[in-house]
Amino acid sequence: MTELTEPLFKKAVVELLYQLADDDFILAYRGSEWLGLAPHIEEDVAFSSINQDTMGHAAMYYGLLEQLGEGDMDTLSHARGISERKNAVLLELPNGSGHYLKEPRYDWAFTVVRHFYYSHAKKVKLESLKHSSYEPLAHAAVKISMELYYHLMHWTVWFNQLMNAGGEAKRKMLEAISRVEQDFLDVCSLGPLSAEMASLKLIDGDDALMQAFHENMKPVFDALFIPYKGEFQQHSGKGRYGEHTQELHQALATLTEVYRTDPAAAW
Amino acid sequence: MTWYAGLSFEEKERIEKALQSVKDPEIDSISVLELGMVERAELCNGNLTLFLLPTFMGCPALDIIKSTILKAFTNIEGVKETNVLFIHHPPWTSDRISEKGKGKLKEFGIAPPMQKNDQTGEWQAACPYCDSFYTTLDNLFGPTACRSILYCKSCKNPFEAMKPVSTWM
Repeated sequence: MTELTEPLFKKAVVELLYQLADDDFILAYRGSEWLGLAPHIEEDVAFSSINQDTMGHAAMYYGLLEQLGEGDMDTLSHARGISERKNAVLLELPNGSGHYLKEPRYDWAFTVVRHFYYSHAKKVKLESLKHSSYEPLAHAAVKISMELYYHLMHWTVWFNQLMNAGGEAKRKMLEAISRVEQDFLDVCSLGPLSAEMASLKLIDGDDALMQAFHENMKPVFDALFIPYKGEFQQHSGKGRYGEHTQELHQALATLTEVYRTDPAAAW
Repeated sequence: MTWYAGLSFEEKERIEKALQSVKDPEIDSISVLELGMVERAELCNGNLTLFLLPTFMGCPALDIIKSTILKAFTNIEGVKETNVLFIHHPPWTSDRISEKGKGKLKEFGIAPPMQKNDQTGEWQAACPYCDSFYTTLDNLFGPTACRSILYCKSCKNPFEAMKPVSTWM
């Protein structure tokens, strides 16, 4: 294992951990906004469980950052400013128009597609991380993969069923795919230190990850007789570089509300 | 390797007894030991360190388990101070649940982890009430991260089963 005493190695590990932690953290939050609003009660139970797992994964990564002296995990998750956040912009976007407490006009197709694509990207990264030169991260990847297995299974069922449903469902799904692909490059990006991460063998490089992602996605589209373009952009900003939308600002204001009343409290 | 490697027989007996008293906060028939959560116990000059494996990462019971363990070890001969550390390697897998543990889950109305049928590739669970395999999976995700919801078509009871987790996943 390369030593953490090497400043570049540590810098790259920390950068990668922030991306992984912030991605899971904000998507778990967006998912939890569906509580009580999911299409049916079984989905409410399943989606809540997935969000709880995903928040657990974020906590695991924040825990690794804590061990590296970045601060305690509650502070890392709740008190960091918007420009310090490294999550992909796609994951901070709201579930739809309206507010979860008042007229939530949420978009289930967008949610299914975002989670389906994200779970696939997460799997590709975790498979690579299982061989990471940073051993604690390799161990975390094994643990998280066991839970992601069920998430991916779940979103695959939804994705295929809605795509096969025809009519409005399929139209909305195709729209959601275009929308998600507009910002998916950011999800696949490893940001400013991607070359260093690859050369230090922390994780495979952007290109290898992207290729693995396409290889997993193409058969899904082939089976649905839908052409797979796999052309992604980062329309709304580069989250890995700290660029975010007002939506993240709003989300953080809501989710840190209780934390901010007493940052020292143990919950 | 067993969790008590390196302990004397007497030390192991005392620690085991205390650990057996620490139950899963949500399934109070089964202990953390029977769940296979205890990976290692190290005792050095009265300082006990227990290395535990979390079942699921987002499990909110972990803090409760930790405090229950600390309470259980306040008055154990030969143990002055106790530390509980959650580690992730090796990962907890559902095959770590002991046979005795599986029996206790069943008593509580929870089927042990579903088994994969090698021929059909389907997951199977026997109903904890009537032992029938004529069951269907209702929801992979249950009321807690570690459980799924099933239905027995024989005795017409809904029931829960531990969600299987394994490193091949």
